[in-house]
Order: sequence, then C-alpha cells, then structure tokens
Amino acid sequence: MPKRTDIHKIMVIGSGPIIIGQAAEFDYSGTQACLALKELGYEVVLVNSNPATIMTDKEIADQVYLEPITLEFVSQILRKEHPDAILPTLGGQQGLNMAMELSDSGILKELQIELLGTKLSAIDQAEDREQFKDLMEKLGEPVPASGIAYTVDEAVDFATKTGYPVIVRPAFTMGGTGGGIAETEAELKTIAENGLSLSPVTQVLIEQSIAGYKEIEFEVMRDAADNAMVVCNMENFDPVGIHTGDSIVYAPVQTLADREVQMLRDAALKIIRALKIEGGCNVQLALDPNSFNYYIIEVNPRVSRSSALASKATGYPIAKMAAKIAVGLHLDEIKNPVTGTTYAEFEPALDYVVCKIPRWPFDKFTKADRRLGTQMKATGEVMAIGRNIEEATLKAVRSLEIGVNYIDEPALTQVDDDTLSDKLIHAQDDRLFYLAEAIRRGHTIEDLAEITKINVFFLDKLLHIIEIENDLKAHYDDLDVLTTAKRNGFGDQTIADFWGETIDDIRNYRKAHNVLPVYKMVDTCAGEFESTTPYYYGTYEYENESIVTKKPSVLVLGSGPIRIGQGVEFDYATVHSVKAIQKAGYEAIIMNSNPETVSTDFSISDKLYFEPLTIEDVMNVIDLEQPQGVIVQFGGQTAINLAAPLADHGVKILGTSVVDVDRAEDRDEFDKVIKQLQIPQPAGDTASDEDTALKIADKLGYPVLVRPSYVLGGRAMEIVKKRADLDYYMHNAVKVSHDHPVLIDSYLVGKECEVDAICDGQTVVIPGIMEHIERAGVHSGDSMAVYPPQSLSADVQAQIVKYTEQLAIALNCVGMMNIQFVIHDEQVYVIEVNPRASRTVPFLSKVTGIPMAQVATRVILGQSLADQGYETGLVTPGPLVHVKAPVFSFSKLNRVDSLLGPEMKSTGEVMGSDTTMSKALYKAFEAAKLHVPNHGNILITVRDDDKPEALTLAKRFYNLGYQLLATSGTASYLTKHDLPVTVVDKIDSGENDLLHQMEAGHIQVVINTVSDEEHAADDGTLIRNSSIAHNIPLFTALDTVAAILQVLESQSFVTQAL
Amino acid sequence: MKRYLVLADGQIYPGTAFGDRQAAVGELVFNTGMSGYQESITDQSYNGEILMFTYPLIGNYGINRDDHESITPSCKGVVVHELARRASNWRNEMSLDDYLKMNHIPGIADIDTRAVTKHIREVGAMKATIVDEVKPDTVSQLQATVLNKAVVAESSTNNAYPNPATGPNVVVVDFGLKHSILRELAKRHCNLTVLPYNATAGQIMALNPDGVMLTNGPGDPKDVPGALEMIREVEQQVPLFGICLGHQLFSLANGADTFKMKFGHRGFNHPVREIATGRIDFTSQNHGYAVDRDSLANTDLMITHEEINDGTVEGVRHRRFPAFSVQYHPDAAPGPHDADHIFDEFIDLMAAHQRARKGSNFNA
Repeated sequence: MPKRTDIHKIMVIGSGPIIIGQAAEFDYSGTQACLALKELGYEVVLVNSNPATIMTDKEIADQVYLEPITLEFVSQILRKEHPDAILPTLGGQQGLNMAMELSDSGILKELQIELLGTKLSAIDQAEDREQFKDLMEKLGEPVPASGIAYTVDEAVDFATKTGYPVIVRPAFTMGGTGGGIAETEAELKTIAENGLSLSPVTQVLIEQSIAGYKEIEFEVMRDAADNAMVVCNMENFDPVGIHTGDSIVYAPVQTLADREVQMLRDAALKIIRALKIEGGCNVQLALDPNSFNYYIIEVNPRVSRSSALASKATGYPIAKMAAKIAVGLHLDEIKNPVTGTTYAEFEPALDYVVCKIPRWPFDKFTKADRRLGTQMKATGEVMAIGRNIEEATLKAVRSLEIGVNYIDEPALTQVDDDTLSDKLIHAQDDRLFYLAEAIRRGHTIEDLAEITKINVFFLDKLLHIIEIENDLKAHYDDLDVLTTAKRNGFGDQTIADFWGETIDDIRNYRKAHNVLPVYKMVDTCAGEFESTTPYYYGTYEYENESIVTKKPSVLVLGSGPIRIGQGVEFDYATVHSVKAIQKAGYEAIIMNSNPETVSTDFSISDKLYFEPLTIEDVMNVIDLEQPQGVIVQFGGQTAINLAAPLADHGVKILGTSVVDVDRAEDRDEFDKVIKQLQIPQPAGDTASDEDTALKIADKLGYPVLVRPSYVLGGRAMEIVKKRADLDYYMHNAVKVSHDHPVLIDSYLVGKECEVDAICDGQTVVIPGIMEHIERAGVHSGDSMAVYPPQSLSADVQAQIVKYTEQLAIALNCVGMMNIQFVIHDEQVYVIEVNPRASRTVPFLSKVTGIPMAQVATRVILGQSLADQGYETGLVTPGPLVHVKAPVFSFSKLNRVDSLLGPEMKSTGEVMGSDTTMSKALYKAFEAAKLHVPNHGNILITVRDDDKPEALTLAKRFYNLGYQLLATSGTASYLTKHDLPVTVVDKIDSGENDLLHQMEAGHIQVVINTVSDEEHAADDGTLIRNSSIAHNIPLFTALDTVAAILQVLESQSFVTQAL
Repeated sequence: MKRYLVLADGQIYPGTAFGDRQAAVGELVFNTGMSGYQESITDQSYNGEILMFTYPLIGNYGINRDDHESITPSCKGVVVHELARRASNWRNEMSLDDYLKMNHIPGIADIDTRAVTKHIREVGAMKATIVDEVKPDTVSQLQATVLNKAVVAESSTNNAYPNPATGPNVVVVDFGLKHSILRELAKRHCNLTVLPYNATAGQIMALNPDGVMLTNGPGDPKDVPGALEMIREVEQQVPLFGICLGHQLFSLANGADTFKMKFGHRGFNHPVREIATGRIDFTSQNHGYAVDRDSLANTDLMITHEEINDGTVEGVRHRRFPAFSVQYHPDAAPGPHDADHIFDEFIDLMAAHQRARKGSNFNA
C-alpha cells in the first residue's frame, strides 16, 4: 500500500535527556524517523527536551519544540499544532510512556489524534507483565514461571513457592531500572521494595531465574500487510542474568545451529505479528545450552538500543524503515537504501562478525557497585567489526578508552586466586579481563565455562588470543606470528609491548612487509549484490574495497563511546562539522566506534570508517585516504588526545595547532600566556609529587581545588579544605608523577560562568555567556546554566568578553574554544581554557541560532569569520531566557554518591526556554523530571556552614505553605530563628525515623549538604540514597534550591493572615 | 598446510587445507546463509559444485546426527574464511573437519571469501579447483576439464524405498532429494514411496498415488530429459508438486525454457512474493538455473511466485491440471520456515482431487 494520504501532520516524540538505558541511540533513531517522514512529504512536529541532539536541529523537523516531555507541555503543543497522528515508537521508553499518558488523559480522543506504529493495546501487551504472560500463553510461547506482585509480601510468597534465585522486574521501567536477581529472601525484600517504588504502576514481576541460559536477541520488523522479517540476530557472550545492555554481544549468533536459529526466528516473528506492530520490535530469548528449550524473556514493542546496534551491525536502517512503515508503506515498496537495488523486505546477510562491549562509568564512580545484573549500568557502548571473533573483540576492547589497549589489565596479575574466582562468578564490568587473567594462570576453559556459564566457544576465542599472545612473546620479530596476530585483531601497541619496541617500530615493520589492513564494505547482503554504501571496516585480508576518490577529503574524528563527561554533545558537533565540510566542497570522512550515534549513520558522511579511535587505526585510514587534514576539535578529549601523535606522524591537524592546544592545556605553558596577558586566575601551581603538593597548598591557603592535569569531566577533581585531606587525596585518589602532575589552585567561592568562542586568528565571535546557577565547586557539566546571564553586571560581562578575545588571539585559536570563569568580588578569574568544542556547543547553538560547529569548521577550512558575516564580540542575545539543566542516572547505580561536587556525575541534559527566568527554570526542572509539588513536607539537613543560607531558604518554603522537617542540628538552628520545625528521628531510631518517613511518602523534597568531615557511610549518604530510591526531588546545592524556590514563588499567591 | 583455490579465469587464492586432501574440481558457487552449513554441505543439489560460504566462521557448532540432508554428501569441496577451532553445541558430535575427511571432501580455509564472492558476482559462477600446488598447467587443465553432467543419476537413489504412514499416498521422484522434503511430507502423514529419478510414468502410476512429488537435485535440468515425458503423463492424472530442479523439469515438460543464472541464488534471505495474495515469504534457495519468464508466454503454465528483487520466476502452476511447482525450498533446512505452508497446499490439492475422483479416501 502506498503511504497514507489521510494524515498530513505527524508529531514525533523524542526520548528526552540521556540517562543510563536511554541514550544517544534515540537521537539516531529519532533523526532518521523525522527525516524519513519529511522525505515522504509529511509535516513533522518534534518534541524533545534534550538540546544535545541532532534531532532537535531546525532542519530535521518542520516544527521543533525543545520543551519538557510532560503531559502538561505535550498537550499544549498538541492543542496548538493539531497533528493528525503521533509516532511514539522512536523515542524510547519515554516516547511510549508519554503516548500512554496522553491517551489516558483523553486528549488523543478529544483531538482525534491517531497513534502510529504500535497500538496502545500492543504497548500494554508487551510491557504489562500480566498481559504479556497471557499473550505468550495464547501463542504457545514459553515464558519463565512468574508471578505479579504489588507488594513485597506477594513477591516473597511467589519466591517461596518456586525457590530462589528469582529475578525482579519492575513494570514500565526501562533499562531494567530497579530490577535485580535475588538469591535470598532478604535480598528479594530489598529489590522488590525498590522496584515497586520505581514502577509507575507499583508492579513487579517475580520470575523464575534462568540465569545461565544463552541470551539471544532478534530485531524484527513488520508492516501493515503482515510482512515480517528479521533484521539481525545477536548472541550475548554473557549468559542470561546480566542485562543485555551490560553484556558483550556478538552479531550474528555464533553457537546456534540453523535449527535453533529458525526455531527462535519463528517465535520472534510470531510475537511481532501477534502484537500487530507496524515498525520495529526487539525480542529477547533465553535458550537452554543443552536442549531446544527456550523462553521469551522480554519484548520491546519499539525501536530500542539493540535496534540501533542492529542497524549499525547490518547497515539496515531500522528506524528509517520503521517510520515509513508507520505511515502505511510496505517493506516490499521501500528500496533498501544500502544496495539501492533491492527492497527493504530483505533479511541482511553478514559476512563479518560484530562485537559490542558496553562502556561503564566506573572509572569515574570508583565507589559504585560494579556488579552486573539485570539493571543496566553502562552509559555507552563501542562496536567493532572484524572477520572473526578475536579481531572484532580486540578492536572493541581498544575502542573502549579505558586505559588499556588489550585484554590485559596489569593490576590483575596481583589478584589472589580467591578474588579471581569471585570476580569470575560475580561478574563486574571487567570480567573479560579477569577471564584473560584466569586463562593466563592456566585455568582450563572448561572450568571457566562451568563457573561462569559462558559458552566454551567464546572462552576458546579468548584462549586463542592468549595463545597468540604467548606466541608473540616467544617469537620476537617473527613475521608469521605478527601476521596471525594482526588477523586476530592485535593492536600494534600490544605487539610493541610484547616485543619491547615502539608502536612505530611495529608499524614500520608491518609496512615494510606489506602487512596492511584492507577495508571492506558493510553492504547488508554479504557481497551478493553490488552496493554503494560508503560504510567500511578494517581487517587484514586480501582485497581492499574502499576506493579513494579524486575529490580532496577531510577526516573528522568522532568521540567514541558515550561516558560521563563526554556525551552525545560531541557527536552533535561532529555531525555539524561533517555537514560544513561537505558544503565546502570536500569529501567528509568520519571515523568513530560508537554504534549509538548519528555520526555513525553511513548516510551522514561521504565515507564512514567504523574503527577504533587509536593512533594505529587512524593512521591506517590516513595512509589509505591521504586526506587534506584531520579535524580533532569536535570529538571531545578522544579526538584532541590524538592530535599530537597524529602531528608527530606528519598529519596535518586542521584548526588550532597542536602546539597551541598544548599551550592551553599544559599548566606551565598556560601560566605564561595568562601572565603575559595579565588576566587574573586563581593562584595555583603544579605538583609532581606529594610533598610539593602540600607545600603549594600551604602557601595558597585552604581551601584548594586539586585535580590531575589533562582530565575530562572533572575526574578525580576535589575541593580540599585541610592539610590532612590533601595528604589523603595525594596518596589515594591520584597517581601523581612527573608525567602526570596534579594541579593545585586556590579555591575561590563565587559565581561560575563559561563561554564558547569561535576564532579565526583575527576575529573572535562569542555566541554567548552562560551563567551557572550553582556556585564554583559544582562541575560545570552538573550545573544549571542560564543564557543570557541574569545576574552578571555589565562590567563583569565586559571583562569576560575582553579576556575571551585576548585568550583566543593569544592562543592562536582557529576554530572553537571554551573558557570557564569564576567571579569573585566582581572580578573575573579564568579557571580553564579548553581549545576545542565543549559540551555546551549544542545548547548555545540552539539558543543563539548560530550553527557554531559549522561556522568553526568553515574557519578551520580557511573561510574567515568576516567572510561569514561575523564580527568580534559578544553576540546580542534574543528576548528569551534559556536554562540548561543536568540530568542524572543515580537510580541505576548503587553506591554512587549523588552529592554534587567538582567531579561530573550527570549523564544528560535538558533545556527550558521562556520569557522569564522563573518560567524557563520551571520548564527545565519539569523536563529533568524534577517535579516539586507546590506544598508538602520538606526535609532539611545541612552542614553548619550552610545553616544561615538554609534558614533563608527554609523561610521561603515556610511562606509557601511547606511544613519543615529537619534533623536535630539543623532543626535547632531553624527553631532558634523562629521557624516551626518538626524534628525527625535519626536513622535507625525506630518506626518513625527518617528513612521510614521517606519510604512512606511523607517527604516531598530533600535538601542535604554535607561537611567534608563526614564520609561515605554517614547518614547523609543514606538520606540521599533513599531520596533517589524513592524518587524524591533531592537538592545538594543550595543555589539549585534558590532556583526552584524562584519557580514555586512565581507560581503562588501570597496568603497571609491579617 | 597451504592449499590453493584456483579459478578457471586464472585467479589464484592461497589458503589452508582442511578436510580431505585430494584435489577438488567443480563449479564454484557461494551461499550467503549465516547458519546451516551442515544442511548445505549434505544437500545433493551441490553435487558437482565447490561450496563457498560467505559467512566467515564455519564449523562453530560442529556436525550433529539430525541435520543431514542426505546420507552421503556430494559437493566437491568447501571454501571458508575461517574453520572453527572448536565447535560448541549440545548436539555437536564431530568437527566439520572430521566430517569432511570422513566423506572425502576437500576443504580450504583462510580465503578472503568476500573477495572471491564479489569476483563471482561480477564474472559469474565458474569452474574452480582446490590443489596443493599451482603448476604451470593448473589453470589450462581446469579449463579443459569437463564437469560431470550425470550428477542427478549420482545423487538419486538407485532403488525404490518406502516411508510408510497412513496419510495420502505420495510418490516421490528423487532427483537428489533433501531429507527435509521427506520430513515435511512425513510430518503431514504422507505414505511415501521414493523412486529413482528415471522412474517412468507407468511405474509411478502403478503405485496408484494420490500425488507425485518432484524433488530438488543438482545440475542443469536439461541434462535430465528423460523426466519430461514422465511429467507430461503424470500431471494429467494426479496432483503434482515440484521443488527446485523438480520445478525446472515441470516447466520444461510444459514447454517453458530454463537458463543458467550468472551466479544463482544460494542462501535463505530471498524474499518471494505469491502474486495472487501479495504474501511475501523469506525462502531457502539453492539454484543456479531458473525458468525463463518470457518462455512461459505460450504455455499452460502461469507464474505464481517471484523473487521481489530480481524478478526470478519462483513458482508456476498448470492452468488445466492440478500441478504446481516452486523454485525455492519450502522445506527450508537450512533457512526460514516461512513457506512451509506450500506443503499444506499440496495436501489440500490431493484432498480436493480425491474428492473429485470419488471412492478413494485418506485422512489428510
């Protein structure tokens, strides 16, 4: 059937801020969907609260609403726009939940708006545990024995009957939020309680554990004519028990005979047909490794993280096809965009192996619980393609950017055998490394398979890798061994380490003996049909397929896996850079390793190399492509870190030179620059050993801000208030050395703000100044930011502009730079300069309408800012106020302290825009799902320093009609100042204590700050964790409280007795 | 040990030996299935062919006792990118290497199978050989080699045999059948008698069948001219169903023509549309020849199925007789089960014909 003509205007719901379990993949799918609908001639209205997305660019939809995805705001937009239909299946769980809420509210019926893709009944059938079970029973598809529980007691009753372990899955949450495996009744009680409170319908599924089964996924599609097909199947390295988002995954399946594959394929297609989904769907199955028994684990009736992975793994653009199907097209009417000759009704055939490894945040959250289970904890993932499992796996490992190039973690050699087996049985993020260590210690793979339930097939691949490692170690300079190693994915650096040589020695040796990678195409059809997809992966084989064109090209390096501190913002900038390169007449080539992103959509660039971002892999592509130069400014620290090694190899770095990058990043060099310009900066110095650090701090006076040099996202950054703490920090938190010095600055209390600037050497354009709501001390990525600044004096703004201009010129910046300032007594101090695009580029681009990454790219390619119509200075802001707010994923991570500080902790961001500051703030809070009701009980527990300030805030809450609750110390202070306060019992002091009250829903807002004397196990941590667990708005910075008060006050009337 | 894959056009690809060590000669074809190597290797339709898998890892789950498609595999050689070091599956009984050794089939691994596949895609399927050593005359000898045309006779059973059951009485004419055809018919309780490829109409009708099944088989349909007369007689009397080579022979028997495809269809992601309903099934395919669409114009056959991408004729039906055939494998193995309903149609056709004939009765 051709596309529907009875609908004209379609609203697409985005997925909102990036959180664990709902990340950049929905920018990729949403962007594809919007473009596909536009291409078909529909008017597209998009709602998404996340500015750091390509999908919220003006040209992606006809109307882009960067507004909160809440009933209130989406309803308002629906009334204004009157779309004929809503497509909710491409915005993750957020999109589906919003659709359900809209439907429940009656507005869809009232405005006669149709839901496309997946009917509400299907969402219910797939997501409501009870209905799902019923449907599976009707279809004759097996599901593990399970029971629905609405209370903890019901959960325990079920488990008593079936026996432990059991799996707890909360209904209507994504990424397995709040779920887990319980081995004992005590564990079950904890998990079930948490799960019930997180489920919007207070419902959990208690399920017989099938841990140890093979975990298999099918990505399936169906159209309105009931044509159904499998795009990709995948097999998890980690058996059932670990969330698939936290599992190492291979595509296609590896250990299943065709009979098993077809059996599971039949089940997956039967399910998508029964749900009548028009679009994409993900079916997760568990297969007994010793029989044909299988169970359906879960069905996602929408485009998911796995479908983004499947799209990149096969080349088949699932989201684009899903959008076209949703408006009535059939699979056999849509051309396969990869081949251009075949139809979308085609099950891709792979002739390579894909490996996905999750990227976890435990390098930043060092105290977090690293155990993996049914709740996803990864913030991102890498994918690698090879011609065998060894190659794909090792390429993926070196794409992770976790400080290792290979499955070799030196620290593990020190681990005792008991710890080793514990880590093998109780999987953490680093189990792959423990497995390698176990094999090195002589454990047989049969034994390892026995204790881990990982298929011996996969373990044998690790064994093969270790065998090659031993071969390399035993045969110095042996060309045959080297060739074997390269064909199995070993990096030059690894070989160099084994041979005691440098990476360049290996590279030269390889080149001398013609051991060079070739690049093969990802074409969906295993070479059967001619394709023109410009999508390649490197491997050591016979034939190269990547033909270099005559057109001059520019290589852009992406930002690799998404992690805290380096999120989707950098992919946004990368994609914009590509667009500008293409418009300037060059061929734009992208290298990246992240399957979730828009930049790795092969239709974005002229050529996509899906490869690790290491010096070896980048140089290999450069050897072949011979680009005019490489742009490293937009790929975050990943790309900028490659600038110097690339330059050392004679590669032209376009934009700010490597020398100047170093002048901005190296403390001593930067000091020279700033002294020469006479720009004030907090006093500070660099220490390369513990004693020097203490001496410097003594001289500066406490508090001091300490951090390692060359870091991202404030990793290991701390405010230290006394000598003993600094001593502890220097010995425990960082590894200080001459090569890795620590920076110690005097800590100035004051307002923080930042600018992004574009410079071509002459002109310095400052699109805007962003004022942070939280004072210095909270990482800029975790601060709320306001544009234009609301409380900075003209003089302060002038200082900022002046210093920015001076620094940009002095550092010979060509392209983008970001500067962070602190304002102390009306004097502006420079905290740091980042000679690259920052995470605020998308936000600022959107609120100013200046496509900053594109302007900067044109500058980098040689077009002056004057030529582009820009002049030096601060761009005059428009009439609206815009607020950017961070979003956190604390509820997914156990034992991560939610206290804000100099180390970045947020995973995503939202923005709110309106005519006044308080309205914009309101929207930002709503978009961040930080809904503070206009009345209720507020719990205040703050450190002594903060008490005077807390008093003012408490008064304002009181005047709004809030009841004040406080712990004894805070309470006595407030009482002394004539505020009526209820003292809450300390933790563990019985039925009425704080935690019980929070659990019982008696507390609506929590304000908690802690002094540095207290450590991780204190009450404050419990209070914060409990707030997170019970979804109670929690504020750990008083500035944020002032902001929310501003919102509440603006919405309330004064009621005062005479 | 080093071995070489040599193509008739002079291309030489070095690789590593596995399986049997004799030299192999055959037509080199590629299969794009990502699983199912055991079924493919034991598929008699590969008789005379060297089978190359585009999926790079072959042997992962070993060889089991259940998934054979014939007792003695007859493909001439197997080409893979990487032979699994270790097979892992609960049904695994032996490695692919051991299986090929046992069945005297040579193999070659460590080949850039994608490069070879692309080459064949561009220039067409051609003769190839797997040898230990490339001599000056290896290519010319290969070019001069005439491939065996009697592959159907080789692959077919020599003697008739029954597979008794209580359902419809079906005579299966074996041109090199896949066991999965027997499995599908057995699943539907057909009482089977399998006859050799050269069975006459008289021999078939003497068994008083409710229907006749023409199976798949290797090679060029025009090399089996003897079957055409048999088909022309049988189709007038009882329901007839052809698969793959059986489909080509049915078409030839009714005046259509067949041609050799450039590189054929081998794999199981080929979408086939049933023209009458628009229904699309993903089908398992293995054919190097196809029925010429234009040649059907003045025959009694109508096209019922087509491949959606290249328009290949995938099924025909006789306008007057209860006879039809499909080019693909509704019996799957390996591949999707989407099209197994075709067997039900055959059963239904026999039932309808039965009612028309009166008297006779079976439990369909």
